[in-house]
Amino acid sequence: MDKFTIDNMNLYYGKFHALKDVTLHMPKNKITAFIGPSGCGKSTLLKSLNRMNDLVEGCKITGDIRLDGTDIYGNMDINVLRKRVGMVFQKANPFPMSVYDNIAFGPRTHGIKKKSELDQIVEQSLRDAAIWDELKDRLKKSALGLSGGQQQRLCIARALAVKPEVLLMDEATSALDPISTGKIEELCLKLKEEYTIIMVTHNMQQALRISDNTAFFLLGEMVEYNTTDAVFSSPQDKRTEEYITGRFG
Amino acid sequence: MADKNTSAVIDDIKPINKVTFKQRMISYKRKPLSLVMLLLVALAALLSAAALVFIIVYVLVRGIPNLTPELFALTYNSDNVSCMPSIINTIVLTLLTLLIAVPFGIGAAIYLAEYAKKGNRLVKVIRTMAETLAGIPSIVYGLFGMLFFVYALNWGYSLLAGAFTLAIMVLPTIMRTTEEALLTVPDSYREGSYGLGAGKLRTIVRIILPSAMPGILAGVILAVGRIVGETAALIYTYGSATGYATGLFNSGRSLAVHMYVLTNEGLHTDQAWGTAVVLLVLVFGINTLSAFIAKKLGNKKG
Amino acid sequence: MRLKTFRERAMQGVFFLTALASIAAVAVICVFLFINGVPAMAEIGFFDFIGGQKWAPTNVPASYGIFDMIVASVYVTAGAIVIGVPIGILTAVFLARFCPKPLYKILKPATELLAGIPSIVYGFFGLMVVVPFIRDNFGGFGSSWLAASIVLGIMILPTIIGVSESAIRAVPESYFEGALALGATKERSVFKTILPASKSGVLAAVVLGIGRALGETMAVVLIAGNQVQIPTKLTDGLRTLTANIVLEMGYSTGLHRQALIATGVVLFVFILLITLSMQAIKSRSEKHG
Repeated sequence: MDKFTIDNMNLYYGKFHALKDVTLHMPKNKITAFIGPSGCGKSTLLKSLNRMNDLVEGCKITGDIRLDGTDIYGNMDINVLRKRVGMVFQKANPFPMSVYDNIAFGPRTHGIKKKSELDQIVEQSLRDAAIWDELKDRLKKSALGLSGGQQQRLCIARALAVKPEVLLMDEATSALDPISTGKIEELCLKLKEEYTIIMVTHNMQQALRISDNTAFFLLGEMVEYNTTDAVFSSPQDKRTEEYITGRFG
Repeated sequence: MADKNTSAVIDDIKPINKVTFKQRMISYKRKPLSLVMLLLVALAALLSAAALVFIIVYVLVRGIPNLTPELFALTYNSDNVSCMPSIINTIVLTLLTLLIAVPFGIGAAIYLAEYAKKGNRLVKVIRTMAETLAGIPSIVYGLFGMLFFVYALNWGYSLLAGAFTLAIMVLPTIMRTTEEALLTVPDSYREGSYGLGAGKLRTIVRIILPSAMPGILAGVILAVGRIVGETAALIYTYGSATGYATGLFNSGRSLAVHMYVLTNEGLHTDQAWGTAVVLLVLVFGINTLSAFIAKKLGNKKG
Repeated sequence: MRLKTFRERAMQGVFFLTALASIAAVAVICVFLFINGVPAMAEIGFFDFIGGQKWAPTNVPASYGIFDMIVASVYVTAGAIVIGVPIGILTAVFLARFCPKPLYKILKPATELLAGIPSIVYGFFGLMVVVPFIRDNFGGFGSSWLAASIVLGIMILPTIIGVSESAIRAVPESYFEGALALGATKERSVFKTILPASKSGVLAAVVLGIGRALGETMAVVLIAGNQVQIPTKLTDGLRTLTANIVLEMGYSTGLHRQALIATGVVLFVFILLITLSMQAIKSRSEKHG
């Protein structure tokens, strides 16, 4: 079953045609990876899925993007969309407040006020993000004092706390050391049982390790989309082959 | 040719990601508090703008009809309460104040920006003192000017006492804006000049100061605005004599002090409105000039 | 060649000396205020001066208590803060995060113009417009705590707006995006992440505003009524420390004059404390990013 469907989507930044006629259907409870050289439009596409591109001036989108069959650019409440489609950014961006308040920010935003309920959500989210043991004694400490890897997992926990259906990860491990990266990859594999994960990565090994499906982008065009195994073992397009064998990128 | 066509096509596109009014209302319906906050913020901005517009329009409406020829008569008497002498006095006072403050302000800024080493303790002290000066209220300057220049140096209520008092007052403004202007001069200019064998002094005088000039000028003009609008620091230093202050040790009244005296006496309200217009126009003219020059600098940089 | 080196050295010395001017200025100001003001405090008695509630310099024997004026200065400043701070901060939020670009080009210079209006014009406007309005609608003489608070509240707006706006703009965009991505509305993202993150800058703006309100003279002297008393209601008049100096310096002599200078010293000490706390806030925010 497809969670997200993108049909005939085009995106322009001013005069620049950043995404060209993309059609892509992403299944539920799978990890879909977008790969490609920088500037190919993969992050832009990801940000269109929770409408973060709305913040970019001069960004124009055409086509049809649906979540569970509902047009996300139609009359869906944009804040509800972003609640359903969580996002983890390239650079960890914890708020300058305590660990607890970081996690509780989302639930509070969506109307949960009761302390006991919040406590429970905070613990559960941190557990789901596999960081509870590290942080349970520092809940009241500022999140800015954590290491980079911890901050990023905190951000994942923060995204999970609003109980999203889809998790968008925008090169979420690119700034992290291999150990933290490994922890987050493990986490993704566990999370896909409950969530649909769509990730952008510049790291082909990562895509190969954890994703179910892979889409390869080049210069705004979606060149190839297939199961990860197929893309990496028998690419249909010459450009895909050149990229994954490292001839450019 | 092809490019032109594509741009035209792109302009014609109807994007789906435009956040429509309806979509916004859908969000606000779920989160009415957000709508309240938005309205509150907009209301505050409206109030701020309204305060300005109200004050200016009110002063102009009441003041412009009172801009009679008598108000600008060459000699002051208690019937025409002409503001002409005080306008001339203000100009002279401003020039003299700048003559004192600008060399010190620019010199200090050059030292801070070009000579002082980063993290130098003395530099920190100088900055702190400049900030302290900037925070001192004008009445305290007036008090100090009276104690020091008027009495201790025995200059009496005089042009010189007023100018020195104001010079200290605007010194931090000139220092800060000049230093900022100097810091925006790219290091490549300095390196280029040194590369040609020019010394530090020559580099500063020939290369850095000219490129920073618009920024310095904008700061100086800002200082002029403060001088022209100043009252409390002048009453007990420059005094409030009604004629033209023809010598350094003559007392006179600046335009702002003149307006204070008129207001305080309460006998010439109409003329006070007129004087308020003159003062506003002067100060706004000066500020606009400063902003214009600063903007030109910004454009040149960008 | 040697001449050139000499010139370089000499000019460096000159620049150095000009840089010392601000230190010298602060030193001379402190010295002159204190040597002229402190003896009066000693003669009157420090606590009689600061804590005395009777200001009657022309009585025999004269009384020089400025307690009511200290309280009045605090009251007026508080009033200005109550009016100026919420409006100022909200306006700064609007300018930094909600204002459409074309409107910004008008609104921003407008708030700066507000700073350019000379205080005597504010005072005159207050006297001719605000004071009668209060007299007609709220009773009393019109010249009052309320009138001074309103006018000062407007006068500190540009300071609060300017400093707060740059503090708000300095907050990393990632906080805002992070909140939006969690489904928070734009307003919630701004008020719950950006504004708290800019709090030390906004605090600095408020402290700066306090300094301006406390030191303001010409506007207050025209509209506050100048009665030496602790006001019990908003429509009561009061006399601030600054007003006391301007009102009586012209005709005072002897101990009376010295007492006025001592009043200036008290004001100066208040301002120094504010400047110090301002610098403390600044260095703290620099340390904590």
